[in-house]
Amino acid sequence: MPDDDSAREAIHNLDSDAERAEAASDARKEEVAAAVVAKFPGTVFHDSHGQSVLYVDRAAWHDVAAHLRDDESFTQCLDVTAVDHLRDDVRLAVPGVTPERFEVVANFLSHPRNRRIRTICEVPEGDTTVASLVDVYPGVDFAEREVYDLLGITFEGHPDLTRILMPDDWDGHPLRKDDAPSRVPVTFKEDPAPR
Amino acid sequence: MGMESIPHNFLTGRLEDLVKWARRNSVWPATFGLACCAIEMMATGAAHYDLARYGMEVFRASPRQADLMIVAGRVSQKMAPVLRQVYDQMVEPKWVISMGVCASTGGMFNNYAIVQGVDQIVPVDVYVPGCPPGPETLMHGILMLHDEIRHGEIMKRRGKDTGAGIEVEQLDGTPSHVQPVTLSRSA
Amino acid sequence: MTRHKVRDDTRLEHQTDEGDQVLKPVRRDSTTRELVVTGGLWPDDTETTIINMGPQHPSTHGVLRVMLELDGETVLRLKPIVGYLHTGMEKTAEELTYVQGATNVTRMDYVSPLSNELVWSMAVERLLDLEIPLRATWIRMYLVELNRIASHLLFQATNGMDIGALSMMVYGWRDREETLRLLEKITGLRMNHNFIRPGGVAADLPEGWEEDTLAVLDGVEKGVRDYSDLLNENPIWLERLVGVGILTTEQALALGVSGPILRSTGFPWDLRKSQPYLAYDEVDFDVVYTENGDCYDRFLIRLHEILESVKIVRQCIERMPAGDYRAQDRKVTPPPRARIDESMEALIHHFKLFTEGFKVPPGETYMAVESARGEIGCYLVSDGTGKPVRMHIRGPSFYNLQSTATMAEGTLVADTVAIISTVDPIMGEVDR
Repeated sequence: MPDDDSAREAIHNLDSDAERAEAASDARKEEVAAAVVAKFPGTVFHDSHGQSVLYVDRAAWHDVAAHLRDDESFTQCLDVTAVDHLRDDVRLAVPGVTPERFEVVANFLSHPRNRRIRTICEVPEGDTTVASLVDVYPGVDFAEREVYDLLGITFEGHPDLTRILMPDDWDGHPLRKDDAPSRVPVTFKEDPAPR
Repeated sequence: MGMESIPHNFLTGRLEDLVKWARRNSVWPATFGLACCAIEMMATGAAHYDLARYGMEVFRASPRQADLMIVAGRVSQKMAPVLRQVYDQMVEPKWVISMGVCASTGGMFNNYAIVQGVDQIVPVDVYVPGCPPGPETLMHGILMLHDEIRHGEIMKRRGKDTGAGIEVEQLDGTPSHVQPVTLSRSA
Repeated sequence: MTRHKVRDDTRLEHQTDEGDQVLKPVRRDSTTRELVVTGGLWPDDTETTIINMGPQHPSTHGVLRVMLELDGETVLRLKPIVGYLHTGMEKTAEELTYVQGATNVTRMDYVSPLSNELVWSMAVERLLDLEIPLRATWIRMYLVELNRIASHLLFQATNGMDIGALSMMVYGWRDREETLRLLEKITGLRMNHNFIRPGGVAADLPEGWEEDTLAVLDGVEKGVRDYSDLLNENPIWLERLVGVGILTTEQALALGVSGPILRSTGFPWDLRKSQPYLAYDEVDFDVVYTENGDCYDRFLIRLHEILESVKIVRQCIERMPAGDYRAQDRKVTPPPRARIDESMEALIHHFKLFTEGFKVPPGETYMAVESARGEIGCYLVSDGTGKPVRMHIRGPSFYNLQSTATMAEGTLVADTVAIISTVDPIMGEVDR
């Protein structure tokens, strides 16, 4: 199955040197991104429709968040969520970033500087573990539980990683593309098929 | 003309009619508002579309004191056992109105998380369509229920082979709907 | 110190009129206990009680379940348990086209549905890099502010009912009915309007909307004056709400709290002012905030926000620009209905737009607006087809609920109800 998908995945290439250089200069314009790229090598900056996005290494996920809070005054982590790219038709490819099946996304807001930034890390299918941000931003407690519940990504260091939206004995992770169907066939009352 | 003109001091009628009149004019709903339909249910109980004219403005929090469960909103997988438990706690005679399309059939949410119709869990008397049904639609459904109470038999709530024929286990193991509810002591 | 032992009835005999009576002996087995009442204090009971509130409860807003650990009447810990309204909307969104997505998103925060539709439409338009006409922007702003008024009126009603001012329930709904009637005239539905769509709005404003709106606003302003008279200085109200459920700014920011709760802690952050979207930088309104962070402040902020929204709506009426109510981009907008009869291309175009939907190039974005409850965000990922890969809505109540645990520590059980009520959670956007 994964081979099929990687064959189908048409990668939109930004491969020319000019474009890569332009992306690097964009990073310098955005000083927060520049600071993070400098401190955490391997981070890639991407401008997504005018918004700053940083693709960070999974290993640096927690440290980048701590850096954003302590050194860049990003006071709030607004949201932690994840995306399953298993069935993407055309996946957005960012140069320097190896695409994996899952992406964990965190959105940050800095009140004093009045700006936002987004960090994304790629999570492979076989090893769905990411560091938890709860000790840096306590507000993402519920959000990480939701990502665990619906997509099956474990957050190391989370104080209470249990299901939050599905019943406690539910089997599976419904928001994954290969798990629950997004459209259940409609049955009628005299239908012999099981509901 | 006063009371003197009535030749006798008796009014006759059937006991059944009296019981049905009492039952339908003070149906007390249990608070079971789940989602958007709950907002419209509250609007129906509020001053503009007034449910108090039917004696129904007292939404009882305790299911033991309620006659009617208006399932207002989408029933998720986690909520389904709670719904059943509240229904079981209600005392006979009890009725269920399934308000809105989500409660009736799962509505627009045709997915893993929503029970596709609350009649999979509890027996439903009136289905009120709409997303959400406006207060007038809900009142139409309530009046239909009143009609049903008026014309239905009080001795037998639900016939053996009528309805969807769904077997729903009650929590204590006895299915409640397949057996006719009788008031005689012999059964 | 007196000792009362349970009587040993085996030896009891009564002398009565009916002759000697012998009472049947009491069974003495392991189930009977000897009760020794010594007077003085009860034995030291260090056990705490854990009680469960909800999910079916008159005072939880929707299906919220709260576990309370109590020491007597004092709350030691509070844990909200959510998920009882989980609808799988994010999964459903992957099955619906971008135009249909508004019908899905609108049912999340079902009390202010137009904010949800707005944030969804803005995210789709950002991915399309689509500009919408000025009139569409102003219509959106007008509708969203009307919705904010309706949402805050519902808060006043349900909050009043939870605290015990039952008449507020009736008054709040009365004014909300007028607003909903106006929204029904404009959008066609009282709730879950599906009116703000990618590209603009679904239809133009109807004839006579200015007079109707002014009448509604006058009623709302009078209503707010009445509620202020009824509640603001009411000693019972003050006793129940002042000093209850205090949250500091540091706690609020750490917990991801936004909206009126954050503003009640003394932090005047409102996305409409700080990161203006639509036409908020062109209208004149104030950000309402207070210093104390208790329940009374949150109630007062929402009451005054109604008046600020009324101000904005009045300016919208005066300054509504002429123009198109939706973008005329052929990729997104269907052709006018009359043309479908004349032109085959128009028919095909219309058909494709409503079956496949328009395609959005691959990308991802996060857009946020200020809804009545706080910052609502939409994270949208597209892959070039007509349906999104992932839609995630950052519901403000999901994060605001986490603050109830902090606010309720050390308060009484009755205060817990007040706290949950003033946090104003809407379970539809908590559970999605």
